[in-house]
Amino acid sequence: MSGFRLPEIDRRLVFAIVAAVVVFPIFFRLSLPEVPSTIVMNVFDSVESLPAGAMVLMPMDFDPGSEAELQPMARAFVRHCAEKKLRITFLTLWGTGSQMIERVTKDVLIPEFPDYQYGRDWVNLGYKPGMESVITVILNDLKKTFPTDVSGKNLDDIPLTRDVRNLRNYNLILSVSAGYAGTKEWVQFAGDPGQIPVAAGMTAVQAPLNYPYYPRQLKGLLGGVKAAAEYESLLIKKYPRYEDQQKYRFEALTRMGPQTFAHLAVIGLILLGNATYWINRRAAQGGA
Amino acid sequence: MPRQRLILFGALGLFVVFLVYRVATGAMVNPLEGGPALGMWVAALLTLCIFSFLAGDNPFYKFAEHLFVGVSAAYWAVKGFWNAIVPNLMGKLLPEFTANTAIPGLRKEDGTLPAPDLIYVLPLIFGLLLLWRLAPKGQWISRWSLAFVVGITAGLRLIGYLSSDFVGQVRNTMLPLLVVGDGGLLWVDSFNNIVIVVGVVTGLAYFYFSREHTGAFGRMTRIGIWTLMVTFGAGFGYTVMGRIALLVGRLEFLFVDWLKLASP
Amino acid sequence: MKRTVPLIITFIVGTLLIVAAFVPHYPFDKWNNDFNEFFNIIQAFAFILGGANLMRMHGRRLVERGAGAFYSGVCLAGFLGMMTVGLFKLGNPAGLTGDVDVTGSWFEIGYRYLFSPTSATIYALLAFFIASASYRAFRAKNTEASLLLVTAMVILLGRTFLGPVLTGWLPPSLSFFEISNLASWFMSVPVQAGNRAIMLGVALGIVSLSLKVILAIDRSHLGDRG
Repeated sequence: MSGFRLPEIDRRLVFAIVAAVVVFPIFFRLSLPEVPSTIVMNVFDSVESLPAGAMVLMPMDFDPGSEAELQPMARAFVRHCAEKKLRITFLTLWGTGSQMIERVTKDVLIPEFPDYQYGRDWVNLGYKPGMESVITVILNDLKKTFPTDVSGKNLDDIPLTRDVRNLRNYNLILSVSAGYAGTKEWVQFAGDPGQIPVAAGMTAVQAPLNYPYYPRQLKGLLGGVKAAAEYESLLIKKYPRYEDQQKYRFEALTRMGPQTFAHLAVIGLILLGNATYWINRRAAQGGA
Repeated sequence: MPRQRLILFGALGLFVVFLVYRVATGAMVNPLEGGPALGMWVAALLTLCIFSFLAGDNPFYKFAEHLFVGVSAAYWAVKGFWNAIVPNLMGKLLPEFTANTAIPGLRKEDGTLPAPDLIYVLPLIFGLLLLWRLAPKGQWISRWSLAFVVGITAGLRLIGYLSSDFVGQVRNTMLPLLVVGDGGLLWVDSFNNIVIVVGVVTGLAYFYFSREHTGAFGRMTRIGIWTLMVTFGAGFGYTVMGRIALLVGRLEFLFVDWLKLASP
Repeated sequence: MKRTVPLIITFIVGTLLIVAAFVPHYPFDKWNNDFNEFFNIIQAFAFILGGANLMRMHGRRLVERGAGAFYSGVCLAGFLGMMTVGLFKLGNPAGLTGDVDVTGSWFEIGYRYLFSPTSATIYALLAFFIASASYRAFRAKNTEASLLLVTAMVILLGRTFLGPVLTGWLPPSLSFFEISNLASWFMSVPVQAGNRAIMLGVALGIVSLSLKVILAIDRSHLGDRG
């Protein structure tokens, strides 16, 4: 055999490279400006255009496995809705979603918006199993499936939900979803049949699959942590109090540093893998 | 002892010494304090057990994986019980009993309680039939419940997919191929719409396997394949982005929340 | 009984849901809502079935001291522990009438320190394997594969701040070729077209399969091959 050959990299070294390029930027906490894309701006505008007191349904359909991507989005949505003084109803179709609602309300809504009163400005309906079946029922009758809120209080005794009959009473569905059941089901079983505007934040894996719904069936969508960072930058620009990033944590913006380095590493690995393949193939053909 | 194993044990030993040092100097929370500190350590050690799979299948990974399977199965069963069976089944069949024991909020502030709705005996029966699958004999009866579930799913999906994913997408694809604005022909919008319409039609043509992909049809399907390859490439790019984000989250937990080597 | 009754149930339920979409009035709307509510409750029973099945399988392995008996014990310990604290709402600050996973309850603590970190880390592992697969498997062997790789790299670069940095120097007339703009265009135009074609195909497949199931042409859900 003749010719120059590139050695194959052991997969453990590949793992080490990935770990290193992600860990290294964590120590520096780079927070870089983001240029929002049109599709993200559409989500922002769909919230921004609502008048104070408008009703927003925020289904939090995700789990710890996607929390790193979606919790920053959920927090940004909650901050935005609270700034606009919208009335928020949380619920979830995932068993683990109730913990996600708990985190976002305890970490963001309650401490940062002390005037926001439970029962008057926001309510948490909790979890119900059934996936799209739940959506089908609550499109017509919310209290049939959710007779009480998460703490067991009757919805007829809560000011926010007293006069709510079904999903058609909501001005916007702002879905945060990681898979099935999620944004797709909210579009198919609530947005389209009920003619209710839907905007969404979702994992990067899901985002391309939901692009066909945009812009007619989905007002806009946030796909992954990059889009979450763009939304956070829009929020900071519109509401200057968020410029104090010591006081207000914007996780997506700080995670873009490790994200960028990791992307570069993957691109490098793809190029190196292809270079190794072609060079070694030529060497083998030259020796044959 | 093989050299590799020696290096591994050496590294582990150094890591343990490092942890002890940091706890002793107060740089990290002390697990012996119990409460959230112990919980943090348990979470961190389980995280490391799962990450150990990168070195190959091993007892630590198996331990963490089996623990997760058991805990998550119980989690979903408990959530299903307290979030559906108690409020939506017991609450409908025995509202007074449920209001007195588990969900006082079923009774409104004015004291009214919904009347029992005996139609909910049906899901109770179907649910119990489903559980009969575990019985040593007569498991076939659980097919009745499965048939109900399959019927609901088929009916819902047929309408949902037909309306949103078929009719809705056909409507979304009906775009003007020449977009005219105030200043005349809008080249960029027209080009984009043409690409979308051509991409959808050729992509669909590619999936038509009842005819050989030759001649003009073959050229059409070739454009379809290119559209689909671009689609899959974007899907791959986004998948990489998504998975890296999850890794960033876990490594932040380890280095920021647990080891406190970096600031939040 | 074993086959006919389930087929009749599937037919009645499926047909009713379809009719209710076209006749959204009494009694079809009521039956539609009721049947969907029943489905939600049955799904909760399915979770319990899953848990019981897990207990049976791992319990058998533990008792028989088969391979992996220790790990089955670990699984069962986790399952029974979580089940006990959850079903009886042990350590729940709100007692039996409060939400089962209110902050501070033992169930919530089990979720926070056992379920959540392991679940999140299992998904985070995939990042390593994707990088390894990128190095080993993605080869630009032909036009199609090259298109896939080029698109992937444009998206990967465009979805970071490096996009504007690398191509921000381009004049406004060529701003389309800025990587971040190119990435946005890829997503909004050809990727949307490709995913739409897939979505249309999948929708037709699901509609046909649903009809076959409702009309008892496809009986695979009963364990039959037909």
